[in-house]
Amino acid sequence: MSILVNKDTKVIVQGFTGKEGSFHAEQCIAYGTNIVGGVTPNKGGQEHLGKPVFNTVKDAVNTTGATVSMIFVPPAFVADAVMEAADAGIELAVIITEGAPVRDMQAAKAFAVKHGMMTIGPNCPGIITAEECKIGIMPGMIFKKGNVGLISKSGTLTYEGANQVCKEGFGITTAVGIGGDPIIGLSYKQLLPMFEADPETEAIVMIGEIGGDLEIQAAAYIKENITKPVVAFIAGQTAPAGKRMGHAGAIVSGGAGTAKEKMEALEAAGVKVVVSPAEIGKAVAEVLKKK
Amino acid sequence: MNIHEYQAKQIFAKYGVPTPRGIIANTPSQAMTNAQELGGKIWVVKAQIHAGGRGLGGGVKLAKSLEEVKTLAGEILGMQLVTHQTGPEGKLVQKVYIEEGADIKDELYLGVVLDRAKEMPVIMASTEGGMAIEDVAHNTPEKIIKVAVDPAVGFQGFHGRELAFGLGLAKEEQGKFIKFAAALYKVYMENDAEMIEINPLIKTASGDFLALDGKMGFDDSALGRHPDIEDMRDISEEDADEREASRYGLSYISLDGEIGCMVNGAGLAMGTMDTINYMGGTPANFLDVGGSANAETVAKGFEIILKNPNVKAIFVNIFGGIVRCDRIANGILEATKLVDVHVPVIVRLDGTNAPEAAEILKNANIPNVIAATDLADGAAKAVAAAKGE
Repeated sequence: MSILVNKDTKVIVQGFTGKEGSFHAEQCIAYGTNIVGGVTPNKGGQEHLGKPVFNTVKDAVNTTGATVSMIFVPPAFVADAVMEAADAGIELAVIITEGAPVRDMQAAKAFAVKHGMMTIGPNCPGIITAEECKIGIMPGMIFKKGNVGLISKSGTLTYEGANQVCKEGFGITTAVGIGGDPIIGLSYKQLLPMFEADPETEAIVMIGEIGGDLEIQAAAYIKENITKPVVAFIAGQTAPAGKRMGHAGAIVSGGAGTAKEKMEALEAAGVKVVVSPAEIGKAVAEVLKKK
Repeated sequence: MNIHEYQAKQIFAKYGVPTPRGIIANTPSQAMTNAQELGGKIWVVKAQIHAGGRGLGGGVKLAKSLEEVKTLAGEILGMQLVTHQTGPEGKLVQKVYIEEGADIKDELYLGVVLDRAKEMPVIMASTEGGMAIEDVAHNTPEKIIKVAVDPAVGFQGFHGRELAFGLGLAKEEQGKFIKFAAALYKVYMENDAEMIEINPLIKTASGDFLALDGKMGFDDSALGRHPDIEDMRDISEEDADEREASRYGLSYISLDGEIGCMVNGAGLAMGTMDTINYMGGTPANFLDVGGSANAETVAKGFEIILKNPNVKAIFVNIFGGIVRCDRIANGILEATKLVDVHVPVIVRLDGTNAPEAAEILKNANIPNVIAATDLADGAAKAVAAAKGE
């Protein structure tokens, strides 16, 4: 079992024939992801990486029955691509593109929600169900199949966390990189219940960072609803206030969104909070042994 | 990206957000000419730097004669203005804004920011104008009125009424204020602003509302479609090293510790700083070399880190994914040839082909390059090296 995606999930790629889209689609196919085609306007009818190319998402969905789209289009066109996917009946859009304007994502997400489409990202590594389906840019080989679910705002911390979990002898069910932009799609609060309901997931790793209050919302949700052990790390304890730390949303503004307040809220919700990402693997081993 | 008060007011004016009249000056005599041109008997000389609290720091002064405008401008121009937002070194004032004096009856606050939880812009208003809004939010949160506006429908009458009644405005004042707030919302949306703050927004004796101050920040990702705003960029307000780093696709922020950090990914970069701190060391910087760390970006990273004289050791922490570690290892070796790295460099490479990378570093046998097995090991070795152990 897993959440959201598995080996049977039919995936299309928007921005399929571009440099990034091509490179990563090829890697996903090699991993075993069931990529059934792609979309690039005016290239419909061609074949790329052995898969059909369509002019519109609607054509792609009607022909292939795809339910998930992986989006690689350039930042200025991301909102358009997301809305096209939603309009075509895609159920989940995974937005890899970095640098999409906030105003565009606001509109695109509102439109997606209205059409019942879930989104992941933007500016994220994507989602991977270990040894089944990789939709994104993460290195597939570090995700061994196992019993730990992972949710992270950061790409490389996702890899760091998954790698440690695997080195401790455990593995990953599904890992979701949710991105660190000010407006993102699925967040901890929506993903935690999915892991709670997944019979194979026995523990959850949650990696957050400074800025916004998604981790605080997650803490409140965990306290009331999550019975599985949760390990958390919040990046940016040493980040200066008022400075944007790489991710557009990673900023402490007006004294709000600090790592300290997030760590305290999570601890109060019964989460095992580690102060360094180097401790994630050990903490997972500890909570799983206790079980 | 942030802009100066006078630039924000230029944008306000385009949208019909009322402001006092003013003219920018670079010299004291120009300041006096400006005042003459504006006319009147009272002028305000305002330092233009990207920081709040200018008044308290002595960067905003009232002049009652043209001569005084000149004298005050002479004092303010060239000063290192220190405010609670500039740090102890302050900021050099290179421009002053000469503005006509206003007859202030009341001071309010009005701002627009993104409410990340609601995923909509929120307009914030308060009767506590002239005070730091963070303090008002902390001490008397009930004195801040917040109205979220759904961009799908835009600013509606009810948004305006909620703000006007919340501020306790008299019936005859409401219309003007609502028009003001609606125009400000338009400024925010159409320019891809990240935040706008008018503090204070004043009510004059004649019943008008004026933006006495103006602060605007923009969404960097949207600047491509606003060349007019990009033109307002003041490079002298930005950190030179941060700017140079960004030209090479690196994200750099300098801090006051001793251990230089070079990491791929913003989250891991913060996590590395946190780990160094946890192990008893102090990070000298945040540096994200991005997804495709190669010899050139690593060399540039070393160069920028080593500009900081406090750096006693460098911790290179890379989690190689799609980019294989053996390639990164070769890149690091090449970079050490391009840049004179005179401090110990602790290298941790994990992920794809990590064992091969370790072998490459070992065989190269460079005296000040120390290999580490994982994040904890690397951080510990960096902390020890910085202490001279």
